[in-house]
Formats: sequence, C-alpha cells, structure tokens
Amino acid sequence: MRTLRFLLQKEFIQIFRNKSILPIILVMPMVQLLLLSFAVDYEIKNIKLIFVDQDHSHFSALLQSQFTGSDYFIISGQTGQTQEAKNAIERGTCDLVVIVPPGFEQNLFRGGRADVQLIMNAIDGTKAGLSSSYATGIIRNYTKTLIENYRMRSNMGIAPQYKQIEANYSFWYNPELNYKVYMVPGILVLLVTMIGAFLSSMNIVREKELGTIEQINVTPIKKHHFIIGKTLPFWFIGMFEFAFGLLLARLVFDIPMVGSLYVLFSFAGVFLMVVLGLGLLISTITETQQQAMFISWFFLVIFILLGGLFTAIENMPAWAQYITKLNPVSYFIEVNRMILLKGAGFMDIAVHFAVISGFALAINALAIFRYKKVS
Amino acid sequence: MISIRGIGKSYGKIQALKDINIEVNAGEIFGLIGPDGAGKTTLIRILTTLLLPDTGSAQVMNLDVVKDFKLLRRDFGYMPGRFSLYEDLTVEENLELFASIFGTTISENYHLIEDIYKQIEPFKTRSAGKLSGGMKQKLALSCVMIHKPGVIFLDEPTTGVDPVSRREFWQMLHKLKQHGITIFVTTPYMDEASQCDRIALIQNGQLMSIDTPNAIVEQYKDDLYAIITDKRHGLLQDLRRYESAKSVFLFGSHIHYTDKQTQLDKPALNTYLQAHGHSQIEIRKIPPVIEDCFLALMGDLKEDAHA
Repeated sequence: MRTLRFLLQKEFIQIFRNKSILPIILVMPMVQLLLLSFAVDYEIKNIKLIFVDQDHSHFSALLQSQFTGSDYFIISGQTGQTQEAKNAIERGTCDLVVIVPPGFEQNLFRGGRADVQLIMNAIDGTKAGLSSSYATGIIRNYTKTLIENYRMRSNMGIAPQYKQIEANYSFWYNPELNYKVYMVPGILVLLVTMIGAFLSSMNIVREKELGTIEQINVTPIKKHHFIIGKTLPFWFIGMFEFAFGLLLARLVFDIPMVGSLYVLFSFAGVFLMVVLGLGLLISTITETQQQAMFISWFFLVIFILLGGLFTAIENMPAWAQYITKLNPVSYFIEVNRMILLKGAGFMDIAVHFAVISGFALAINALAIFRYKKVS
Repeated sequence: MISIRGIGKSYGKIQALKDINIEVNAGEIFGLIGPDGAGKTTLIRILTTLLLPDTGSAQVMNLDVVKDFKLLRRDFGYMPGRFSLYEDLTVEENLELFASIFGTTISENYHLIEDIYKQIEPFKTRSAGKLSGGMKQKLALSCVMIHKPGVIFLDEPTTGVDPVSRREFWQMLHKLKQHGITIFVTTPYMDEASQCDRIALIQNGQLMSIDTPNAIVEQYKDDLYAIITDKRHGLLQDLRRYESAKSVFLFGSHIHYTDKQTQLDKPALNTYLQAHGHSQIEIRKIPPVIEDCFLALMGDLKEDAHA
C-alpha cells in the first residue's frame, strides 16, 4: 500500500510538473466544446425551393405562401412544369421541389386525400434530410390550420368538406431540435476519450523512451501496483475533465440534465477504464511515443467517426452499424444523451452498462497480460 | 556470490554470448572488460533478470535469475548504462521514491550512501535532469544503494564521464566495497582493469580470460617493445611489413611491438627502419598492460577460429 501511495504521488508530481498538462486539461475542453458546438450546426437556412403549382387553386396558393413565409426557404423559381424543376435540381440551382398536382383542391374537398410531392437534391444527405423535414413540418402546419378551419366551420353548422393533406414522407428528424443540446453531450465524450487515451498511452512509453522503465523493472514493484499507479491518476483527470466539461455545457449551453448524475458518472468511470485500458495496451506494444501517438489516433478516428456524433448510426450501412456495436464511444454518446436529455435511469442503460463493463474487463485483462517486466 | 554457468544468448542469427562461465566472490569488485558490442550489457541484463538466457543458468546470491527473479529483485542494485532516473523529479524525490519502492527509508540506510549523497545534497531540490553528468552518477549510485543491496551491477558507469569524475567514481566504489558489497561492473576502458579485484575479458560474446589484473598481465609471454621514431607517419605500416613482426599495435604516440623470435634482433630492426627513412629510432622493452593482453588474446581467438 505504501509503495502504491508513493507511486501515485510520483505520477501526480510528474503530471503537474509537466507545464503543458494543465492547459491541456483546462483549455482543451473549453476550446473544443465552444468551437465544435457552434461550428457543427445542422440548422440550414435559405434552402432553394421551386414550387410547381399545377393546380392553380386557392389552396395551393395558400400552401405556397406558407413556404415563402418560412425562414428556411427562398423561392428560386416558378414553373408549372415538373421537368423544368427537375432540371434545376440537376443544375444545382435548386435544393427542393414541391409539386402540387392538378386536382389538389378538388381532392381535398371531395373528402379524399390530397397528395403533395417533394423532390430533393440529396447530394448533401444531411441538407436533403433537413429540407424534407422542414417542408414536411410546413405541410403539417398547413394541414393543422385547415383542420382548425374545418372545425370552426362545422361548429358554425357548415358541413365538413375537407380532410387532412397527407405528406408522403416519414418523419425522421426533428427540426425543432436544438442542435447544441444534441451535440454537446457527444463532444464531451470525445473530450474524455481523447484525454484518457492519449495521456495514458504516452505515459508508459515515455518511461520506455527515457529508459526509466529499466530501473523500475528491476525493483520488486508488483505489476498491479505499477499499472494502477500508471492509470489511476489519468482516471481522476478524465473524471475531472468530464465534470468540468459538463459544468461548461450547463453554464454556456444550458444543456438540460434531466437524469441522475450518479448514474452518468458511474458510467463515465467504467468508460474511462476502457479508454485507459486501451492506452495501456497501446503502450505495451509500442516502443516510442510517436508510435503510441499514431496507434492512438488510428483508434480514435474510427471511434469518433463511427461514434454516432457526426453521422447518425441509423444512417450507416449495416456493416458499419455492426462495427459501432464494438465502439465504446458510441455507447457513451448514447448513454450521455439518454441520461442528460431524456432522463434515462439505470435500468434504461443497464445493457449499455453491461457491455461497457465487459469491454473494460476484456481490454484491461489483455493489457495486463501483455505487460511484462522481463523481455 | 554470482555464479554464471554456460550462459548463451542469441539475437536472431547473431550470437551475443557464447558459453559464459564466471564465478564472482563475495565482497570483490569484478570487472567485465571488453569493447562495445562484446556482450557486456547482454550479460548484465541477464544477471539483473531483465533478459532470459537461451542456454545455461546463473545464480545471484544463491537465487536463480530466471526462477527466483521476484525474490532476487529485492536484493540487488542495478545501474543501467544510460541515466535512468526521473529527470522531472528532484534529487530528493528520486531517492525517496526508490527507498519507498524497496520498502525502506532514506534515514535507515543513510550511512551507506552518506559519502556519495553528501556531495549532491546541496542540490536536493533541483530536478535530476538539471544535474551535471558527474552529479547524475552520484545520484544514480545513491538510488541503487538506498535499499542496501548485497550485489550491485553497474553497466559502463564511467562511459562518457570526464577523467576526474571517473577517478572519483572508482573511489566511491572502493568505499562501497568496504561496506561488504559485491560489485559487478562493466567497462570498455582497459586502463580501469587495475581498479578491479578480478576481471574477465570479453570479445564477440566469448570470454577470453578471467583472473586478477596482475595474473593476466603475468600470463603475457612475449617480450614487449615500445617503438618510436621521428617519422610517426608510416611507422605502423613499415613495422607490420617487417618479416619478423608478430604483432604491431598503435598505443598513443608509441607502437607496441612483439617479435616472432624469442630474442629480438634489435640491430636488424634498426637497420630495417633506417632503410625505410626513419631516424631517432627508440626501441624500449616495456612491461605489458591489460590492453596488450587483450589484443594478444584477441589474436589467439582469431587464430583458433581460422584453425
């Protein structure tokens, strides 16, 4: 125990004597949270729209006015020909085409369904998805107004004459969602992952590079003491980092914290063990800090890009979705959002918890097995 | 104290050590002497449980370096060739760390390191990386000694150290010896052989001789001559071309020369040199030093290999 205490003390002295470590711990989360959260903004304005009105009725004009009145859309052309609008999409001068077919008003009044067609330029998938959801939202609103009108009229004794307009689109993105609330919990996870993986993977390798590990290896230090001494300080730093980032998120972005912070921090603690275990494993198989750096980067890039933060996991191809099942970062991002935004309790994330604990056990066992004091 | 039996080690195709057998007695300073790449560090790493031998076995203080490595690590001290303390910790923090790792305190064994540590104590709050080379060595030796080891292994402690610090360092070792500590030291400097009680000469992973420095010198059978002339340039080549020459080596400003005949024909050699344009020829019989022995043994080794 006494040895362990001294080892921990040594690590902390060394960490805080390193002049670049405090800025890394304190400034990095601020810059990343602020920069990324404001920059990665999925709200899109000025979507170029062509409204193809083939009905030329009062109600089609009403629908068009709803689009013109919206902040999201600017009308970039007017035509009665579907083909012409399609050409505009091909030329890239138009993002979205709304087609109101002939007989729109009639269909509506005959009590049947009225169809509206949306065609979008899906080269930029995110933009296309959002355009369509904004458009769908507008059409919904329009329908709602119509229904309210209809109720008013029916209350006044006028016979009901029209029903709901069906926008043929599945609703998969919430345009009302505040993206910062959505992004910040994910960015927090990246921060903790980076700090944990880099600091821990570089640490043992640094001792190899400097040759100090040679001196340590011939001492009777127990393997587990050495490994705990090497990882526990970074666990504390990672947890501090997470708490600090969460505080920033609360103060700057007013991120809701609906769920239990105990559950959140317990999960973060286990997650950090996975990251530190990975760092440890990397440092056992590399000889220089440069190698450790590159291997850490290799894993981090995969973890981050397949973590569900920048591309929704549901939008990935099936094989990539299987890979995300092995990605600890994707679990933490999901859990972070579930707890903070939805207020999920322990039972809701029990499966995530079990999986991440399994990862932690497996990777640390592997790392400890790989770490040898004799060559 | 240390017994090495038939140790061999290969790195791929390169045989770093071949059938090494050494017995080191308790309380002596034992020097392993050989040029770079001779296998000194490999042997010391095997003895310090950092490397597994391919063949043979070794015991340090009756503990096997492979089987009992855990027990053994409590009882010896090892100073690697490269400075291996924490440069970002202070002098005192380093010493404290190593004391606590071995479950002891600085005050408990202070008497062992007092002579050495006293000299660097004024700088105890300075980080180890900012010490001079000589002071780093004193700190390293203090850290190695702080847990009162029975044996210490020093890998080329004097390489890259100035002559004054080198002499000081050997004085420190002699003082440690008085505390009853066995010292196993490697060095590429032949002139340090006389500082050791016994030495082993090693070359290309093979031991050539183990004995006291004096005995090794006494085994030198040939008459050795130091030759110098006014024309330094070309002297080495001229002597090597001399028919009766057995060995010709450059030693600073002199040439060390042995002859094939048991009795050197000085006038003949003189005439030969004069014929090649040398004057002020000085041929002096000298006692051999360890380096002469080393070179002679190396020659024997080559002849064995060719035979």
